[in-house]
Amino acid sequence: MSRPSRASNTTKMIHSLFLINCSGDIFLEKHWKSVVSQSVCDYFFEAQEKAADVENVPPVISTPHHYLISIYRDKLFFVSVIQTEVPPLFVIEFLHRVADTFQDYFGECSEAAIKDNVVIVYELLEEMLDNGFPLATESNILKELIKPPTILRSVVNSITGSSNVGDTLPTGQLSNIPWRRAGVKYTNNEAYFDVVEEIDAIIDKSGSTVFAEIQGVIDACIKLSGMPDLSLSFMNPRLLDDVSFHPCIRFKRWESERVLSFIPPDGNFRLISYRVSSQNLVAIPVYVKHSISFKENSSCGRFDITIGPKQNMGKTIEGITVTVHMPKVVLNMNLTPTQGSYTFDPVTKVLAWDVGKITPQKLPSLKGLVNLQSGAPKPEENPSLNIQFKIQQLAISGLKVNRLDMYGEKYKPFKGVKYVTKAGKFQVRT
Amino acid sequence: MSSNSFAYNEQSGGGEAAELGQEATSTISPSGAFGLFSSDWKKNEDLKQMLESNKDSAKLDAMKRIVGMIAKGKNASELFPAVVKNVASKNIEIKKLVYVYLVRYAEEQQDLALLSISTFQRALKDPNQLIRASALRVLSSIRVPIIVPIMMLAIKEASADLSPYVRKNAAHAIQKLYSLDPEQKEMLIEVIEKLLKDKSTLVAGSVVMAFEEVCPDRIDLIHRNYRKLCNLLVDVEEWGQVVIIHMLTRYARTQFVSPWREDDGLEDNEKNFYESDDEEKEKSDKKRPYTMDPDHRLLIRNTKPLLQSRNAAVVMAVAQLYWHISPKSEAGVISKSLVRLLRSNREVQYIVLQNIATMSIQRKGMFEPYLKSFYVRSTDPTMIKTLKLEILTNLANEANISTLLREFQTYVKSQDKQFAAATIQTIGRCATSITEVTDTCLNGLVCLLSNRDEIVVAESVVVIKKLLQMQPAQHGEIIKHMAKLLDSITVPVARASILWLIGENCERVPKIAPDVLRKMAKTFTSEDDLVKLQILNLGAKLYLTNSKQTKLLTQYILNLGKYDQNYDIRDRTRFIRQLIVPNEKSGALSKYAKKIFLAQKPAPLLESPFKDRDHFQLGTLSHTLNIKASGYLELSNWPEVAPDPSVRNVEVIESAKEWTPVGKSKKEKPAKKFYSESEEEEAEEEESSDSSSDSEGESGSESGDTGSSSEDSSEDSSSGQESETGSEAEAEGKRAGKRNSRLKRKSDSEDGEKKNEKSKTSESSSAESSSMEESSSGSESASESDNEPVPRKVAQAKERKPQQERHPPPKDVFLLDLDDFNPVSTPVALPTPALSPSLIADLEGLNLSTSSSVINPSSSILWK
Repeated sequence: MSRPSRASNTTKMIHSLFLINCSGDIFLEKHWKSVVSQSVCDYFFEAQEKAADVENVPPVISTPHHYLISIYRDKLFFVSVIQTEVPPLFVIEFLHRVADTFQDYFGECSEAAIKDNVVIVYELLEEMLDNGFPLATESNILKELIKPPTILRSVVNSITGSSNVGDTLPTGQLSNIPWRRAGVKYTNNEAYFDVVEEIDAIIDKSGSTVFAEIQGVIDACIKLSGMPDLSLSFMNPRLLDDVSFHPCIRFKRWESERVLSFIPPDGNFRLISYRVSSQNLVAIPVYVKHSISFKENSSCGRFDITIGPKQNMGKTIEGITVTVHMPKVVLNMNLTPTQGSYTFDPVTKVLAWDVGKITPQKLPSLKGLVNLQSGAPKPEENPSLNIQFKIQQLAISGLKVNRLDMYGEKYKPFKGVKYVTKAGKFQVRT
Repeated sequence: MSSNSFAYNEQSGGGEAAELGQEATSTISPSGAFGLFSSDWKKNEDLKQMLESNKDSAKLDAMKRIVGMIAKGKNASELFPAVVKNVASKNIEIKKLVYVYLVRYAEEQQDLALLSISTFQRALKDPNQLIRASALRVLSSIRVPIIVPIMMLAIKEASADLSPYVRKNAAHAIQKLYSLDPEQKEMLIEVIEKLLKDKSTLVAGSVVMAFEEVCPDRIDLIHRNYRKLCNLLVDVEEWGQVVIIHMLTRYARTQFVSPWREDDGLEDNEKNFYESDDEEKEKSDKKRPYTMDPDHRLLIRNTKPLLQSRNAAVVMAVAQLYWHISPKSEAGVISKSLVRLLRSNREVQYIVLQNIATMSIQRKGMFEPYLKSFYVRSTDPTMIKTLKLEILTNLANEANISTLLREFQTYVKSQDKQFAAATIQTIGRCATSITEVTDTCLNGLVCLLSNRDEIVVAESVVVIKKLLQMQPAQHGEIIKHMAKLLDSITVPVARASILWLIGENCERVPKIAPDVLRKMAKTFTSEDDLVKLQILNLGAKLYLTNSKQTKLLTQYILNLGKYDQNYDIRDRTRFIRQLIVPNEKSGALSKYAKKIFLAQKPAPLLESPFKDRDHFQLGTLSHTLNIKASGYLELSNWPEVAPDPSVRNVEVIESAKEWTPVGKSKKEKPAKKFYSESEEEEAEEEESSDSSSDSEGESGSESGDTGSSSEDSSEDSSSGQESETGSEAEAEGKRAGKRNSRLKRKSDSEDGEKKNEKSKTSESSSAESSSMEESSSGSESASESDNEPVPRKVAQAKERKPQQERHPPPKDVFLLDLDDFNPVSTPVALPTPALSPSLIADLEGLNLSTSSSVINPSSSILWK
């Protein structure tokens, strides 16, 4: 029973946090217990060097006395120091939540923004984690505790010496609806929902679909006074195969009636993410004709791609971009687009073609020559094409919001739903 | 703070600061940093002045700059005296920043830190809960051993605070105090015990965290809170959910029997299952028809909605819970949610894929429908690609292998060569595990030998070597082809593999082998050590089989090896020479040299690198690293016999007391829900067994007369006598349940309705379990108890206890259990603590009377 053998200085969860920029400078550190020397990051740098690419730095690293769990976000590494067993996803998810909060507060999660607002960052970290265990992570609560910086406020603060720390109790933390603050007031009450669907697909050489599925999210922007209780219903809820919810959604109600019933947080948030059931065939809105070839024993190759619409439900496909990671032996590319503009970065070997809209009368194409390093063997494989596009006013799965009802408040809110379909991880193998 | 103490601070503080400054200067290394430091030194002077000024704005400015220094990791400790006296500042932001500073430096300046303690002590009594909470937070974060008693006292008081927010902070403080002074463990456990009873969702996660930290082995503290934790789970904040689920997984593995036996049988081989069944029938008679403990079921049922959480850590926690404690047939639900997480960022993908890799080795079927979700994209980072590949390999079977091989063909050509190499290994593994495609794979690999990329070729050689080793007979052609490759391949592992292969098969390629040795003899000195060893081996093998042609060559190589720089090679050379070249010194061994060198060697097993990870609990750091991380808590094996389940019962009187003020409405509603469910179960049971029909009739009468306690005693006993041996135990259980309900009536007589349902549910469950009880022999105790006069309440309940203990595990105790299970289970029905419309809807869904919806608003109060 009594077992004082455990080392006295251990703590579960997060011990320290280091923020590191791309060039390897530690520009912020925060400790929730005794101080851990910066030198612990050397193990991280070592792993980073080994990985060559930032994307390949393992998220979990074991060092003699600590474990380092890191995330890479917006060109920054968030490296946390852990001393004992902890579910790694717990830490990873939390670090992303920290980055989300920075994004939310400063409009971007960058070194400059963090350095400029170091005091707020510190106050946030202090509130988000107590003794290494998450305390307040809901943006609504945090904003009550620590007000986000605005230009006006910072001017006023500097003159009057007043603070950006809320001096009232964060009601959310204590109420039974921890994600919403009390006393919200708007003159215009509005509720907007964006249904955003992304098509993930792998298309093989011959143009047939290897894998395709639709993933969607509903993002909400709710500016409603008081404590509105909303319920959102769909025309065809059966389409949703797998759903994950914001904590505000009443699970039971969804289970029994397929209705999203919730008291929303104030402001922007992600209501649900879902996957469309795989039985449904996925419509692929674009096709690509391609012919890429590298000649043996010659220092050039041909490159020719054309994009056309397919199963686009009569809507315009816009915002098309094509990104290609060319093989290392490619020195330069000499291409002519019929539409849009292209760039080729000879260092990273990335070809990017900004196409724009498709007009069915004249299909956009990009043709020309590829210069290869002479003497090097020709590339084994043709590069795959990553395609981005956007279709407004269409949810490709056919999902439709039926109605939005509000209870608990008397005013009439303005309601709006917007649909967008985008390419997710849309890859064409050539 | 009074002005007096301020003055004191200033004086002593100033002195100290100067001293500290000097100390700091002397400790700083004279190289380089000195210049930088001296400029800091000046800056700090003006910071001090600012802190001393009367204006809040100046102080705030100074504090902000100091926090900036701390954030950059610069030393600001010398400012301690100047900072600490602002701890009582009226300006809340200054105060906050001073707290930040204190927490950072108090450990280094313990004496000065003490000056701030009284401020916190006062704040602990503040009427504002937020201030009380933050005072406790900072006080407990100051790692100064001398204040341990103060902290202890503060924690004790805070744990009884009216505000759940303060109690939450008390739970956090427990861990801090424990790490500061482990001696306090016993006292802290008392506080934990108290906080575990807390019914606030706000506290639950934090106190379980403290429990895991301070006394994870005190599983006994959980028993009585188990059902409450299960029921609160949905409403706890996400981080708390993760911690509670992990703890409950461990708990379940110690308290319930394995639900896996039957499923295992079905999955593996049914014949064996039935045979063993016959053999062991006598032994396992009691356990045979496995009925899941309702508490076990409760946990599985209540965690399921959390698979829908937006938080990946929660989803993973539920997934591992299902993996470790649910019946195998039910674990399938987690795969969909885990696959969903693969859309997340790369770090989440990495961890989730690792866990799926482990799962897919043991239970392929779970992830087979999602095969295509693991297809690799050229934009995935390499570590993700290799993990996906691993999973694809685990999922490969006769049905999908041709699709997979086509997919692999694309991967082999990838520009990411590390990934291409991994794919080749994968093909090798598929070839060995699925015999239908062995030849296809081998041919494919041979084609790859003419690939332009050396890494690909080298990897192919290594894999082909392994494959050929398994079926060497007819592959002379491939070996010849590989021998030719020796001229071009430079990767040492590949060269070594080819040499080994030729050596092993030297009798099948009698012409080529000596020639290879000749070439190797020429280049021996410039080869890699790995290759040299294989050249020696090849030489030895040829010497033994074809000494006429190769004797001189081998001796030449042995001579080269003798003077090699690497002692392993010199060693091997000496060893081989002694073994194969007979001389007077070499003993009997050399006779057997051929047998030794050319023995049949077992083919290597190509298996998953994730094979050995399954002994770690999924979702843990240890699993990810495949090393036991410090503080890892083993998941115990299922107990053979379930420990007494009655330990999870909550005393009725106590619970009634605690529950009544909060709102009986609360209890009523979900109880009803439970009732409606149980009715269905009852109906089912009625059909299935005689004994249950018996109980059925009784249940009707019983629920009728719950109002009058005097009557049911006689009826009870009589019915017990009537019933056949099988149902006796059951009747007894029911009576026990009724007795409980009677006790309850004593404590609060209002809840007639609720009890009504409760007793009913207990019966329905008794019906459920009756089949089990039939097989077990409980007749002895039953006859005893039947004659007893009933309404002796507590005294009798005590008598009952020892009887129960005599019985094999899940018996009447378990019925008793269910009785209590009801009121506690109530919150399940509450989706979120939130409000009326949803509740009404819920209620409607459950066909409830409208009266309960009236009570709703009050019910939400409970869950603050």
